[in-house]
Amino acid sequence: MKTTRITGERIKEYLEKGKRFDGRKPEEFREISVETGVSKKAEGSARVKIGKTEVIVGVKLNVTEPYPDSPNKGNLMVTSELLPLSSGRFEYGPPRFPAIELGRLIDRAIRESKFIQLEKLCIKEGEKVWGVFIDIYSINDDGNLIDAAGLGAVIALKTAKLPEYDEKNEKIVYGKLTNKKVPVSKEIPIIVTTHKIGKSMIVDPTLEEEDVSEARITIGGTIEGSLFSIQKGNSKELTIEEIKKMLDISEKTRKKVFSSIEKYLK
Amino acid sequence: MATKTFKRPDGRKVDETRPMQAKVGVVPNADGSALFSFGDTIAIAAVYGPKKMHPQHQQDPEKGTLRCRYNMISFSVDDRIRPGPSRRSTEISKITEWSLEPSLLIKNYPNMVIDVHVNILQANASTRCAGINAAAMALAHAGIPMKNIVSSVSIGKLDKNLVVDLNKDEEDWEEGEGSTDIPITMTPNGEITHIQLDGRITKEQLKEGIELARKSTKEIYEVQKKALKDSIKT
Repeated sequence: MKTTRITGERIKEYLEKGKRFDGRKPEEFREISVETGVSKKAEGSARVKIGKTEVIVGVKLNVTEPYPDSPNKGNLMVTSELLPLSSGRFEYGPPRFPAIELGRLIDRAIRESKFIQLEKLCIKEGEKVWGVFIDIYSINDDGNLIDAAGLGAVIALKTAKLPEYDEKNEKIVYGKLTNKKVPVSKEIPIIVTTHKIGKSMIVDPTLEEEDVSEARITIGGTIEGSLFSIQKGNSKELTIEEIKKMLDISEKTRKKVFSSIEKYLK
Repeated sequence: MATKTFKRPDGRKVDETRPMQAKVGVVPNADGSALFSFGDTIAIAAVYGPKKMHPQHQQDPEKGTLRCRYNMISFSVDDRIRPGPSRRSTEISKITEWSLEPSLLIKNYPNMVIDVHVNILQANASTRCAGINAAAMALAHAGIPMKNIVSSVSIGKLDKNLVVDLNKDEEDWEEGEGSTDIPITMTPNGEITHIQLDGRITKEQLKEGIELARKSTKEIYEVQKKALKDSIKT
């Protein structure tokens, strides 16, 4: 059920005093927990929990033809499914906007940051390249699926290894992973979404907070200070000053989030 | 910041948009319609409504619904686009809604829907911006009560240089740091109703880019306003 208006009003009242229902400060993340290798069949996988929010992300690889405009690069595809299992709000059927947007937000952060070194995934120029599929599934939605999915994607990629490829028969020997990792760069793109509720700015909203969010900005960037992807969501205008403030909050948060998951990225 | 020798492929100044064309009333059947172009990028938009929302369960008793559809004509680009919605067009449709909604007094229309159809006739980058500009004009032309008209422009970073209104050559820029594309939509008061970014940029450069967008959207706003005024002069 969508958050009732009375609860929404209360959330705003609390935030005006700098408080949240769960006792967090406005710029405080919930606890992040990470598990890798959650699927034996995927070439790389991760489970990320942020509070009660949980996603699993799997990386699958195949050998395929390159796209005509990048004959010497591997292919990348990110999709997401918001499972009805994970929330009473999601329904079966073709993906709707939230699922499409989630996939595209993660896709753009990964692609624009050049985190995957796609040029190293070329087997034969113009003919054969590795295709990388990153698939995101929600397991429990208690807000902030975007940031959880972003972490899941980079961690799953970091653990992913290429399967053995039988050149002669042109077949992948699934289940037989080589020691070769999926080539990724050192700079790690981290996605952080900042929300505006009333006059307050918060990060890592719960579902209730997300419901009353008036505007959000999702930013993919590194702790080194490069920004790769930005998207404003929801229909409330922001002043230039507010955007600048959100850029600052996002930068600080990115560093905090990075340090709490750093150990999974080695 | 910018390198002195920097020249844009088509010779424009860094803060110069391509020639803009704006016209309303291009679709007589619609309640409001407009054309907006940045050079070879041409968008038309048509508004139908406000009208009763169907199906009924989608009605919102608290406010009206703005429903946008962004669609590229199959022959608007080199490689034919398969007709029908794609993941990209679905996202841009939503972005267009978010861009426009803050400027509308949509609260006045509970249980109603305003349909905005944006079609890209010819594409040479910045299509979502041209589409939003056309849609904002079409809404005004339809007489929908509005607080103001939004204006949209793409800010680009080519290597280290910030420019306005990217064309396709610039979008595909590969030298130096490559190309960063930052479509931004603003109200005449400089409030941001939409921002996206793809590429690589620092926080400081982005802030500079937003200021550039402020300047450019003011110019676009004048073009939109003039077209609307001209349409009632006759």
